[in-house]
Amino acid sequence: MREFSKVRRLITHFYLWIGIAIIIFPIYFIFSASSHTSAEILSAPMPLNIGPYLLENYKRALFEGTKNLGTPVFIMIKNSFIMAMGISIGKIIISLLAAFAIVFFDFPLRKFCFWSIFITLMLPVEVRIMPTYKVISDLGMLNTYSGLIMPMIVSATAVFLFRQFFLTVPREIVEASQIDGSSPMQFFGRILVPMSRTPIAALFVIQFIYGWNQYLWPLLITTKQEYFTLLIGINRMMTGADVNIEWQIVMATTLLALIPPVIVVVLMQKQFIAGMTETEK
Amino acid sequence: MAKQYEIKAKWLPYFLVLPQMIIVFIFFFWPSAQAILQSFYLQDPFGGKTIFVGLSNYIALFTNPDSDYLYSFIISIVFALSITLLSMTVSLFLAVQAHKKIHFTTFYKTMLTWPYAVATLVAGVIWLFMFNPNVGVIAWILKHNFGIPWDYLLNFQHAFILLTLAASWKQLAYNFVFFMAGLQSVPETLVEAAIIDGASPIRRFWQIIFGLLAPTTFYLLVMNLVFGFFETFPIVHGITAGGPGKSTSILVYKVWRDGVVNLDLGGSSAQSVILMILVIGLTVLQFRFIERRITY
Repeated sequence: MREFSKVRRLITHFYLWIGIAIIIFPIYFIFSASSHTSAEILSAPMPLNIGPYLLENYKRALFEGTKNLGTPVFIMIKNSFIMAMGISIGKIIISLLAAFAIVFFDFPLRKFCFWSIFITLMLPVEVRIMPTYKVISDLGMLNTYSGLIMPMIVSATAVFLFRQFFLTVPREIVEASQIDGSSPMQFFGRILVPMSRTPIAALFVIQFIYGWNQYLWPLLITTKQEYFTLLIGINRMMTGADVNIEWQIVMATTLLALIPPVIVVVLMQKQFIAGMTETEK
Repeated sequence: MAKQYEIKAKWLPYFLVLPQMIIVFIFFFWPSAQAILQSFYLQDPFGGKTIFVGLSNYIALFTNPDSDYLYSFIISIVFALSITLLSMTVSLFLAVQAHKKIHFTTFYKTMLTWPYAVATLVAGVIWLFMFNPNVGVIAWILKHNFGIPWDYLLNFQHAFILLTLAASWKQLAYNFVFFMAGLQSVPETLVEAAIIDGASPIRRFWQIIFGLLAPTTFYLLVMNLVFGFFETFPIVHGITAGGPGKSTSILVYKVWRDGVVNLDLGGSSAQSVILMILVIGLTVLQFRFIERRITY
């Protein structure tokens, strides 16, 4: 076809490479910065090659942290990981249970439960900052993992996703399992959950990223350094005058914060796309 | 609600929904009710006393010259619109390119998709680092090659541009994924028919593809506005902290600052309630759209 002439195709490639450059260059800058010394970065313009201090900087970041924030980054990685895993797994479990109840049982408060969960869509953290903080502090959950995780695991979208999926389960399967004499929970554990592997995987990818990237919530409820997540740590490392910031360590930490969710997306790309286009709608 | 199969059990369903409901009530309903209640009260900063003041917290937001609430509202709208426009235009353009029949499309799609995983704060830090007046490479180039004394900590325009760039950059991958999905559902026969009719590529895009993409575009429009309004807190907190002055203090940043830093409970709660109304409006808009999409 005429329109797919060589020139046109080259132009298309060219545009796409510009798009990739827009994404890659900013990340290359921080990678480059994480391989230099503080003095080199401060003597503007910063060198743009890969310097010799790469390993040293990451080692320092991981095991010592910056001077103004003495927490080693590996502790923050641990906290971010616990929070992300807690949120994604917690969400999947309680949403599976709730969707199971709403789809397979008929009980008087069913509609009420459904709509209660639905309304949470309209109450993001941002609109109830202070009172939620107060609840957490009254319950003694400031600076705890349960405080970081629990309020985040309610998810209307996850319940809807599982509900949608459960509605497609043929009646015959439920009947057969009842005739076989299995209890409702046996049906849930042995048949329903294994059948739901695809939506579970999709949800896991989306929720892991969501949990890992939480910022406002940990900012509110963590004041002790041993509970800082990576993102809070990065922000705390950057407080103070520009000249005192150890940019090479901050940039190494930023890159470390970026890698885990990216790995999850790249390795589970198929589930990720499915999860995104189905759960978000 | 469509009926599936009713398993007989009296108490089991309650146990199943219990964990979800407990969290919904403790961490969602109770605090939200508190926010609504507190918005009608004035807290005495020195004691536990609270005085019922009716709507005066709300009125103060809009009339008190120190509150800057209207300004914050306007800047939030401009900010959200700028992000939406910039990010969606670039993403749509890239998605259309990646949808063409060329080599390496899988590679391009992966390269343009993975930044979805980048945290909003990380996007902020990356752009801050490039544009920092002391260490930033771009700031240095702007100063030495173009004679622009770049400093987002002193200049409102610089601050606003930097925030918009960082937030739009963060949204690129999200929009790209949805535009790709939208483009894939455009029937090829329609496009081929247009080719046979001799429609130019530009006309084909605007008259056929763009029209069929309308549901995706509308969905993304709402989602990007939601992002710009509610989810850009990390970028503002990380880059400008609302400055210079209060010039980039968007609504979600202001509600956080007035509550957590300035400890103005009543004012912050009134802002929360206004935000709540906004979220409800946007959610309704989104669901209207989903209903329409089903009947498409």
